[in-house]
Amino acid sequence: MAEYKDYIRRGLDTSPAHSVLVEESVLGWKEFELEVMRDKKDNVVIVCSIENLDPMGIHTGDSITVAPAQTLTDKEYQIMRDAAIKVIRAIGVETGGSNIQFAVHPDNGKLYVIEMNPRVSRSSALASKATGFPIAKIASLLAVGYTLDEISNDITKKTPACFEPTIDYCVVKWPRFTFEKFPGTSPLLTIQMKSVGEAMAIGRTFKEAFGKAIRSLEIDRYSLDGRHIDKNLSSAQLKDKLRLNYWDKIWYVAEAIRRKMAIDEICNLTKIDPWFLNNIKDIVQFEEKIKSRLDKNPQINLGAKYLAPQFIAGLVSSIELRKAKEYGFSDKYLATLLKVKEQDLRKHRQELGINAVYKTVDTCGAEFEATTPYLYSTFEKECEANPSGRKKVVILGGGPNRIGQGIEFDYCCVHAAFALREIGVESIMVNCNPETVSTDYDTSDRLYFEPLTFEDVMSIVEKENPYGVIVQFGGQTPLKLAVPLEGAGVKIIGTSPDSIDLAEDRKRFNKLVKKLKLRQPAGGTALTYQETFKAADKLGYPVLVRPSFVLGGRAMDIVYDEQELKDCVAEAFEASGEHPVLIDKFLDDALELDVDAISDGKTVVIGGIMEHIEQAGIHSGDSACCLPPVSLDKKILAEIRRQTKLLALALKVKGLMNIQFAIKDGQLYILEVNPRASRTVPFVSKAIGVPLAKLAAKVMVGMTLGELGFTKEVHPDYYSVKEAVFPFSKFPGVDTLLGPEMLSTGEVMGLSDDFGIAYAKSQIAAGNSLPTAGNVLFSVKDSDKKTAVGFARKLHEMGFKIIATKGTCIEFIHNNIPSEFALKMSEGRPNIVDSIINGEIGLIINTTIGKQSIRDSFSIRRSAIERCVPYVTTMRGAEATVLAIEALKQRKINVKPIQLYYR
Amino acid sequence: MAKKQTKAVLLLEDGAIFEGTSFGAEGQRCGEVVFNTSMTGYQEITTDPSYHEQIITMTYPLIGNVGTNPRDWESRKVYARGFIVKENCIPSNFRSKKSLSDYLKKNNVIGLEGIDTRALVKHIRTQGAMRGIISSTELEAKKLQKKLQEYPGLVGRDIVRDVTCKKPYHWEEGVVDILSNQQFKPPKKYKVVAFDYGAKYNILRLLRSHGCEVYVVPAQTLAKEVLSRKPDGVFLSNGPGDPAAVSYAIETVQQLLGKVPIFGICLGHQLLALALGAKTYKLKFGHRGANHPVKNLQTKQIEITCQNHGFCVDMDSLKRKDVELTHINLNDNTVEGIRCVGLAAFAVQYHPEASPGPHDSNYLFQQFIEMMEQCKTKKQRQKSR
Repeated sequence: MAEYKDYIRRGLDTSPAHSVLVEESVLGWKEFELEVMRDKKDNVVIVCSIENLDPMGIHTGDSITVAPAQTLTDKEYQIMRDAAIKVIRAIGVETGGSNIQFAVHPDNGKLYVIEMNPRVSRSSALASKATGFPIAKIASLLAVGYTLDEISNDITKKTPACFEPTIDYCVVKWPRFTFEKFPGTSPLLTIQMKSVGEAMAIGRTFKEAFGKAIRSLEIDRYSLDGRHIDKNLSSAQLKDKLRLNYWDKIWYVAEAIRRKMAIDEICNLTKIDPWFLNNIKDIVQFEEKIKSRLDKNPQINLGAKYLAPQFIAGLVSSIELRKAKEYGFSDKYLATLLKVKEQDLRKHRQELGINAVYKTVDTCGAEFEATTPYLYSTFEKECEANPSGRKKVVILGGGPNRIGQGIEFDYCCVHAAFALREIGVESIMVNCNPETVSTDYDTSDRLYFEPLTFEDVMSIVEKENPYGVIVQFGGQTPLKLAVPLEGAGVKIIGTSPDSIDLAEDRKRFNKLVKKLKLRQPAGGTALTYQETFKAADKLGYPVLVRPSFVLGGRAMDIVYDEQELKDCVAEAFEASGEHPVLIDKFLDDALELDVDAISDGKTVVIGGIMEHIEQAGIHSGDSACCLPPVSLDKKILAEIRRQTKLLALALKVKGLMNIQFAIKDGQLYILEVNPRASRTVPFVSKAIGVPLAKLAAKVMVGMTLGELGFTKEVHPDYYSVKEAVFPFSKFPGVDTLLGPEMLSTGEVMGLSDDFGIAYAKSQIAAGNSLPTAGNVLFSVKDSDKKTAVGFARKLHEMGFKIIATKGTCIEFIHNNIPSEFALKMSEGRPNIVDSIINGEIGLIINTTIGKQSIRDSFSIRRSAIERCVPYVTTMRGAEATVLAIEALKQRKINVKPIQLYYR
Repeated sequence: MAKKQTKAVLLLEDGAIFEGTSFGAEGQRCGEVVFNTSMTGYQEITTDPSYHEQIITMTYPLIGNVGTNPRDWESRKVYARGFIVKENCIPSNFRSKKSLSDYLKKNNVIGLEGIDTRALVKHIRTQGAMRGIISSTELEAKKLQKKLQEYPGLVGRDIVRDVTCKKPYHWEEGVVDILSNQQFKPPKKYKVVAFDYGAKYNILRLLRSHGCEVYVVPAQTLAKEVLSRKPDGVFLSNGPGDPAAVSYAIETVQQLLGKVPIFGICLGHQLLALALGAKTYKLKFGHRGANHPVKNLQTKQIEITCQNHGFCVDMDSLKRKDVELTHINLNDNTVEGIRCVGLAAFAVQYHPEASPGPHDSNYLFQQFIEMMEQCKTKKQRQKSR
C-alpha cells in the first residue's frame, strides 16, 4: 500500500491534469500483437500475429517476440482477430495500418486489448520483414485512395494484397541492449523501453530461429551456454534472476533447465509460456548431450587447446550434427563444445553433406510461386536460392542497431545496392536488422536475412559465388569479418583488409604516420595493467584510454591521474578482448575535425570537412559539427586536404575513408583513420548533394572517379549542422555529461546560409528548444569562468536574466554583468534544481570537472532532462548556442527544400 | 527426454519419397496428398469430414503447439488419413487435454514429422495434388508403390456415402463462447433440414445459434421425405470427394429447387451448381487454408475466408440466365459463390462457418435466415389471399 501511495503521489505530481489512471494489473499475462490494415472500403486484413516470449510488464520493444503466435488455438486467435477488427473500425483508422496489443490470461484465455497504435510502428516494420508484406508501402497506397484488392502482392505478382500472409517458418526478434554504456541505470526491463536495436532471425523451427537470433545480436554469445553465469550462483539467487526481468534472463532459464528445475517452476517464476520453455529445454538438453561426449571419451581429451579434426566423427554422429544444425547451433559453438577448431568442424560438416539451404519468404506458405528472392537459411533438403550467372557483389550490412553503429551504416549499404543496380551488377544484401531499409526485399536484387557471422556469410558466398564482397559499408560488424573471409579465399572488394588492418593496428599505423611525416598525439599500447601505468607516466596526464577494434568509443575514457586510470583500465581490457588497450596523450581543449573522403586509388576527393562544435575528447558521434568549418583559416584547411590525400593514397583506399583530426595551438594532429564508410557519410552526402556511398560502391567494382564525374570537392555556400540525439530521458539515474564514450542514438541536421540559424535548427530538431527570452542559468568550472563572462554579457544584452551559482556569479558581477545568485543543491533551498523544476529556467550552461563537482551538479543536468530544459555542457557548445539565440532573435527561420540549396 | 523414434515415409504416385519420423498411429494409408496453409486450427482441420481419404500436409512448420481438446472437434472422428508436419511440438494451451501425437494415435491416424514440408508443398503445387501412401510400418518404396497403385483416388468416386450419418437426428448444440462456456441458443424459429454430406459441426452450431431447428439427414434422403417435414429451408453441407460422382444428391437437389429455400456450402455449393446444370472440374492442387481473399460482387467487400476444396464450379458451363456469380476468389478468379434468386437458392464454395478461420463471412447464415423469412411471409401472404 505504501508503494501504491508513493506511485500515485508521484503520478499526480507529474500529470499536468493532476490525474492518474488506475487499471487492473495484467502483470505476468501473455502478450500478443496483431498488425492490422484497413482500406477506405472497410476491407480489413491481419498482416501478422506476434507473440511475446516475455510476459506483460516488459515493453514489447524490449521483449523477445515471435511470429506467428504460437500458443493460441484457432478459436482464441479468431476472438483476437475479431477484436482487432472492431478496434480499428471503432478508432476510425480509415486507411492504413495499426498495431493492436492484447494481454491474455494464461490459465483461462481471458483477453484484454491493452494498447492500440493507429499508425505504423516498430512492430509493423518487424511484421513487414517477418511476412514479406510491406505495411508502410501498402499503407501509402491506401492513403492515396487505392483499395487492398487493387494492389498486387509484390512477391507473387499474381495475387492481390488483400489477403492475410501465411508463413511457413518461425521468426524470432531479439532486442539489443547497451546497459554497459549507462552504468548508473538499472539493467531491469520494465514498461519503459530501453533497447537500442534489434535482430531478427528466420528459421523453419522456433529452435532454429532462436539460435540464429542469438548470434545475430553480436554480443559475443553464440548459444545458451552458462559461460556468463556465476558458477557459485545459489538456487535462491537463480530464482531471483528468473523472477526479475534482467535483459539476459534467457541464459538463466537455460541454467535452471541444466539444474533440472521443472518447467512448471520456471514458468511460475518467469511467466514465460511452457511452449517456449520446452523448446529451450530441447536445445539445452541437446547441448548437454553433445557436451558430455568429451567427458565420455577421456582418452582423446588430453588437455590440448583443440582436438585434431579426425576426432570429430567419433564424438558426434552425422545424424546428431544435422540435428544440431536444425536446432540452430552455430559451427562456432559446436566447435567449442567439442573442443575443435571452427574450420575443422565446418569442413567435417560439409564433407558429410550437411549444408545450409535457402528458403523463400513468400507470404503464402509456398502456395504460389514467389518472384522475389527474399531468402533465409535452414538445414533441410531443398534449396531455393537458384543463383544467377550475373556479375554480382555481396554487401554485408551492419546487424542490429546499437550506439555507435546505427542506420548511418545502413544508409551506405542501401546506396551501395542502388549503385550496383545502376551499373548492372547484381546486388546481394546480407543483414539481420528488421528496422532497416537494407532488409527490404526490393532494395537489393537478392536479400539474405541472415546473421552476420563468418559461418552464415560463407554459406551464402559458397552458394552465390560472387565477384566480391563489400565489407566497408556496414560498420564494424562486416569489417571484423574481412580478414577471416579473405583467409577463406573470398575476394574483398575496395580497400584491402590489409589496409584496414594497417589503419587499425597501432604499431603499423605509427610507422606509416612517421613515414609520411605527419603528426599524431603521442601514444602507446598495453597488454597488461602494468604496461598501462608505464605508458601513462611516460606520456604525462591527461591520457586517453581505449580498447582497440571497437566502435562508438566503447570503454573509452579520459583520465587525469593515476587513480582514475586504475578505475577505468579493467573495463577497457574487457572490451578489448584479445587486442591491446591503447593509451594516448590527450589533447586538452583541442578543436576536433572529421573528414570524409573518397578515393579510387589514384584520385582522392574530399567529401567534406566537418568542424566539431564540442572540443576533442567528446566522442565524434556525440559532438555537433558543422560543414563547412566555421573557424578555420585557409592555410590549415589546405593542410587538412594535403594530409587527407596523402593518407588515402598511402593506405591504397578504394572507396570511402574517414579521418579525425585535432587542432591544438595551430598544430594539426591525426587522431584516427578509418578506411571505410563512417557515421558521417549520410550527413556529408546530404550537405553537399553528392551520394558518396553510391560513388564508393561503383569505385569498388572498378570505376574511376573520373568516369563517375566526381573529381572536385564541393564547397557549399551554406551551413549544415549535425547534432546528436540522446536517450537520457529513458535511463533514469544516468548522467548526461558527454565524454569519449558515445551515448547518442540518433542525429538531426539543420541547414541555413547562416551558421547561427543552422545551429538553432539542429537544436530545435534535437528537441532543445532554445529560448529567446527568460532566465539563463550558469554554473561553470573555474577554467571556463573567463570564457563564460563573454557569453553571459551577450545574453544579458539580448535581454536575458542571468542566474548563476556562487563562483560563477561572483565572476560575472566582477565583470559588471547583472547576475542573480542561486544556491547549489548542497547549499540549501530553494536551490537551482527547484528553479528548474518550477520551470523558471529557459537554458542551462553547466560545465564541470572532477568527481565531486560532477556528483554535485548531477541533479542539475538530470532535472533539466526531466523538465526538457535545453542545456549545454561544454563551452564550445555554449558559444554556438549563444550565436544561435542571437540569430533567432535577429532573423526568422527560413524554410527551403534541400534540393534548392544544391543549385 | 528420450523419444523413441520410428521412421515413417510418404510415397507419392510419381515416385517422390519423403522420409521422416512417425508420431501418430502405426500402419499404412493411401489417400490424396494435399496441403493446408492455415497457421491455426489443425484439430478442426483433421476432424473436417471433407478431408476424408486425404493426407494433409500443414505448411506451417510448428504444429501440435496447442494440443487438442474436447471442444474443437468438427465431427465425431478424425478423417484425415495421414497428417504431415515439419515439427510436432510439446503443447501448451489452457484448453489442451491431449497432445497431437496421442490424439493421432488414439484416432488411428498416421503422423509423419521431420520432412521438408515446404519441398513437398512445392512438389504438389507444381505437379498437382496426387495420390500417396503414408506408412510407418513398411518403408520399402517398391512395396508401397504396389499398394498405392491399387488405390483408385478421388475422381469419379462417391465417398460421401462413407461419411454421411446413417440415420437422421436433431442437432441441438449452439455456438459456444470458449472463454465463458456460454452457449448461444435462441428460440427455434425456422425448420431447417440439413443434408449431411460430411457436415462440419460448426455449420450446424451456427444454424442453431441463428434460431434454426436443425434436422440432419443422411445424404441419400429423398426429396419427398425432406419436403414432408415442411422445412423453411434446406441446407446442403460440405463433404469430401468428387461432387459429380454424388449423382443421387444432385437429383435430390434438383427436385427440391424452387420448392424450398436452399443454402449450400462447399460440396453443397458444387451440388447446387450441378443441379442447376453446371459442370465441375478438379483444381490442380485445390484451395486449403484460412487466408483466401474472396470478393463479394454485390457489396464489393473482401472477405478473408477459410477454404477447403479440390473441385470447382465451371461458371462457363452454367447456361441458365437466372444464376448469378456472387463471389470470386481473388487469387485465381475461380467461382466462390452463386445464387439463383428466382429459385431462392444460394451457395458458397468456401466456409463461412470458419472453424478454423476468420469470421468475415458469418453474414451468410443471416442471409439464409432472411431468405427463409421472405419465403415464409410470401407463403403466408399467398395463403391469406
